[in-house]
Amino acid sequence: MTPESHLKLRRFSWRRLKGLWRKEMLQVVRDPSSIAIAFVMPLILLLLFGYAVSLDAKDVPLALVVEEPSAVSAAFTAGFEASPYFESRRAATIQEAEEMMRLGQVEGIVWLKSDFDSKLFSGEQAPIAVITNGVDANTARIVEGYVQGAWQRWLEDYAQSQGRELALPVEVEERVWFNAEVRSRNFLVPGLIAVIMTLIGALLTAMVVAREWERGTMEALMVTPVTVREILLGKLVPYFILGMGGMALSVAMAVLFFEVPLRGSLWVLSGAAALFMFTALGMGLLISTLARNQFVAAQVAIITTFLPAFMLSGFIFNIGSMPEVVQFITRFIAARYFVSILQSVFLAGDVWSILWHNALALAVMGALFLLLVAKKTKKRLD
Amino acid sequence: MSATPGKNHAPACSIQGVSRAFKLAGKPVQALDQVSAQVAHGAVTGLVGPDAAGKTTLMRLAVGLLLPDEGSISVLGVEVGQDPQRVQALVGYMPQRFGLYEDLTVKENLDLYADLRDLAPEDRPPRYAELLGMTGMEPFQDRLAGALSGGMKQKLGLACALVKPTEMLILDEPTVGVDPVSRRELWEIVYRLVESEGLSVLLSTSYLDEAERCQEVVLLHQGKVLGQGAPGEFSRRMRGKSFLVKSGQNNRRRLQSLLARGPGVVDSVIQGDGVRLVMDKAAPPDLSGLGDAMTGLQVREEEPRFEDGFLALMGGRRHESQEPELQLIQRGAEASKARDTVIEVEELTKRFGEFVAVDRISFQVKRGEVFGLLGANGAGKSTTFRMLCGLLPPSQGRLRVAGWDLRRAPARARASIGYMAQRFSLYGQLSVRDNLSFFASAYGLGGERRRRMIAWALDEFGLAEVAEAPSAELPLGFKQRLAMAAALMHGPEILFLDEPTSGVDPLARRDFWRRINALAEQKVTVLITTHHLEEAEYCDRMVVMDRGQILARGTPHEMKSRWVTPENPNPSMEDAFIALLEEHRAPKEAA
Repeated sequence: MTPESHLKLRRFSWRRLKGLWRKEMLQVVRDPSSIAIAFVMPLILLLLFGYAVSLDAKDVPLALVVEEPSAVSAAFTAGFEASPYFESRRAATIQEAEEMMRLGQVEGIVWLKSDFDSKLFSGEQAPIAVITNGVDANTARIVEGYVQGAWQRWLEDYAQSQGRELALPVEVEERVWFNAEVRSRNFLVPGLIAVIMTLIGALLTAMVVAREWERGTMEALMVTPVTVREILLGKLVPYFILGMGGMALSVAMAVLFFEVPLRGSLWVLSGAAALFMFTALGMGLLISTLARNQFVAAQVAIITTFLPAFMLSGFIFNIGSMPEVVQFITRFIAARYFVSILQSVFLAGDVWSILWHNALALAVMGALFLLLVAKKTKKRLD
Repeated sequence: MSATPGKNHAPACSIQGVSRAFKLAGKPVQALDQVSAQVAHGAVTGLVGPDAAGKTTLMRLAVGLLLPDEGSISVLGVEVGQDPQRVQALVGYMPQRFGLYEDLTVKENLDLYADLRDLAPEDRPPRYAELLGMTGMEPFQDRLAGALSGGMKQKLGLACALVKPTEMLILDEPTVGVDPVSRRELWEIVYRLVESEGLSVLLSTSYLDEAERCQEVVLLHQGKVLGQGAPGEFSRRMRGKSFLVKSGQNNRRRLQSLLARGPGVVDSVIQGDGVRLVMDKAAPPDLSGLGDAMTGLQVREEEPRFEDGFLALMGGRRHESQEPELQLIQRGAEASKARDTVIEVEELTKRFGEFVAVDRISFQVKRGEVFGLLGANGAGKSTTFRMLCGLLPPSQGRLRVAGWDLRRAPARARASIGYMAQRFSLYGQLSVRDNLSFFASAYGLGGERRRRMIAWALDEFGLAEVAEAPSAELPLGFKQRLAMAAALMHGPEILFLDEPTSGVDPLARRDFWRRINALAEQKVTVLITTHHLEEAEYCDRMVVMDRGQILARGTPHEMKSRWVTPENPNPSMEDAFIALLEEHRAPKEAA
C-alpha cells in the first residue's frame, strides 16, 4: 500500500550534502557575525599586533644626568642622543631626573657622576649608574641591556681611539639569527596566524552549531534522512574553506603589509595550515556537542582554545622559560605545534627536523578530536 | 469531515507502553509513563494537554529524536527504534519554532529541505507551486524567513515539512505564538491536505478549543494518557452537567466567586453576562446557599464542551487548588488623586521612525474595571502598555494614570502601578522569599511593613510551602503567582498584566482569574493583554487593536453580538475577533 515504506535509503547522498553546503555558504554570506570572525577579527588582531603591540624598545624616553660635562662624557652621551632606541632628555641633577621618572616622563636614568672622567682614566669599574623603572619590568630589562651594550661598545671604541686594548673580563660578540633586525613583528605575526585560525576554526564552528540548536533548526534537520556523517561534513568543509581564506588573508598581510620574510615554501605552509585547521574545527565541533547555546559555546571556545593558543603556544611567551608544569601543559595545546611550524617556515625556511614532528603532533590531535566528534554526535536530542 | 478515518487502514502510528524519564536539576522526572495511543490513518489526531504534559517528548520519540526507556513506537509500519532514518524519510515534522533558517529566503529554505529529503529537481517546481499556492506565499518567495510574520513563518515551516509528499505529518505546537487568524488558516490547510493527499496528521496543542477541531484526541496530562477518542465523546460524557447561570444585575464576578464554592461545582467561568458551571453530577446547581444578595437568577443547561470533559478528567485536582479568596492589605494614607476614571488615554501615538506603532488611540478605564487590550501579534498592544507604564515616552497625545500626567510626574504615577511583565521577570537563583523581599524593597517598603507584606504574599498566593525554593525551579503556575504577588507588594491601585497566562495550564489560569476577580472586587483596576481570546470573557470592557488602531471597543457581549448570524447564532470571542480583523483588513488589501 505504501510504496514509500520500501524506498531505498541512501546512507550517503551528494544532494543532501550539497544542500547543507549551500545553506552554510548562504548563512556565512548573510550573517555579519561569521564574516566578522573570519575576516574582520584577523585584520584587527594583525593590525593590533603588527603595529600597536611591539616588544621592541624604540624611542624609550631616557634622562641623562651629566654632573660634570667634559669632552669624554659628551662623546658618550652623543651616542645616546643619536640612538633610535632612546629619546634622551637632559636633567641637571639626579634629583630632577628622579622626579621625571616619578612622573612617568622617562623610563630610565643614565647618571654620569662628577668623578666619571677620573674613574674612567684610572680604569676603575662602572663609573656610570643606570636606574630603570621596574614597574614595567620588560622595558626596564630592555633599557638595562641596551645601556649596557651601548656602554660596552663605547668603551671599545674609546679604547681603540686611544690606541689601547681594553681589558674586559669576557668578550661578548652578539649576533641575532633569523631575525637580524630583532623586529618582534617578525615572530609575532606568524604566531598570530595560529591564534587567528584557532579563533575561526573553533569559535566559529562551535557558535554556528550552537546557533542551530538555539533556533531549533538542528531539530528540524535531524528529522530528515540526513546522516551524522553528512551533518559533520556539512559543517567541516565550508568552515575549512572559510578558515583557509582567513589564513590566506593573514599570510598575505604578513608578507605584503608587514614585510615579514617568508623563507619556507608556500606549499609547506598551506599543508601545515590545513592540518591545523582540521584540528581547530575538531575542537569547535567537540565543543558544539556539549554547548547548545551560543553564549556557552563562545565562553567554552575562548577559554579552552583561544586563550591557551594565546598564552601557551609560545606565540608571545617563550615556552622554554615557563615553569615545568606549564611547559608540560603546553604539549596539549595544538596551537603550540602550529606556532612552531609557522615561525620556522616564515623565519628559517622548511626545516624538516622541526616540521615533521610538529606536523605529526597536529595530525594525531586532529584525528583524535574528529574521532571523538564522530563518536559523540548522534541524531538524537539526549 | 472526510470519509470515516482509519477504517480500512492500519494506524499510521502506534505507540505502545512508552515510558521516558529525564533528569532535571539532578532529580528524575517521569515525562511519559506507560503511554499507549494510536494515530488513525488519514485523519487529524490531536495530542492535547497542558504545559509539561509530555507532548513534545512523545513527538520526539515518534520521530526518533529520543529513545524510550520502555515500550515501542511504530510509524507507517516501521519500528522507530530499529530504523529511525527510514521514519525520518517517511514523515514530515515541524518542531516548535518551525525549524526555519532565518537568514535564508523562503525559496532557499524550501530548496534546503528538498535537498535534505532527496527530492529530485524535476519534481520541485510543481510541488513548490502547490505548497506556495496553498499557503498563499507565492509573492514572498524571495523574502528572508526572518522577515516573515509569525503566521507566515508557521506556514513556511509547514511547507518545508511537506516539501516531499509524505503520508504522515507531525506538528509540535504549530499554533503557539500565532494570531487567531493564522491559526484558523493553518487548520484549513491541514484539513485540505488530509482530504486531498490522505495525510495522517499528529499535532500537539495546549489550546483546548483546538482539540474540538481534531477528529481524534489523545488527552495527555503529567505524562499519562487520560483518554483517547473523538472530541465529541469527551463532551458527551458531560451532557447534563454544564449550566449557565444568568443574573439580571451586573454582578457576574461576585456571582462566580459564590458559585465556585458551591457543592458539586467542578468548574466555573464567567461567560457573557453569566457564569458557566460544570457540575460533578448531572444535576443543576444548588442556588439556595447564595443568600439574598443574588436574586432573579436563571439557570439554563448548556451544550458541553471539550474543555468540560478535560477538566472533569483532571477533576481530583480541582479541590486542592480551591484556595480562599484573595484579600488585599489596604493601602495607607496615599489616596489617589483620581476619582472615577483611573486611566485616560487621548490621541496617543507612538512612532518608531517612519513606522507608526500606535496610531491616535483613545480610551478610558474606570476604577475597579478589568480592561482588556486584544490584538494579533504586532497590533501595538505591548507598545501601548509600555507607554502606560511609563517605560516608553509617547510621540504624541495625552496620558493620565491614577490622575498623574505621565510626562510630568512619572515617578508618582509609577508608585501606584503594579506591573507584571511577559515571562514574569523573576530572579531565578533567588528563593521565593528573597524575590518578594527584593521587590518589596525596590518599592521602598521596609521594616515591619515589608515583613507583613511578605507574609501576606506567601499566604495569599499559596507560596508558603515553596518559600525557600529557587524561583527558577518552580512550575510555571507558581512562577506566575509569585510574579503577581511581587507586582502587588506595594499595594498598587492599578495592575498591568502583559500576557500573564501565556503557556500556563487551564487550571492555573482559572486560579489566576479568580485572583484577578477578587482584586477587581476590591477596587483595584486591572489592565491586561492576552491572546487567549476566551479570556476576554473575563474583562468588563476591552478594545481590539490592529496595526496600531482601535477597531472595536465594548463589553464581551457587545463584541460578540455584532456577529450573530443565522448560521452562527452563538459566535465565540474568536469568531468575533477574526470577523472583525477580516472586515478591517479586506478593503485595504484590495486597494
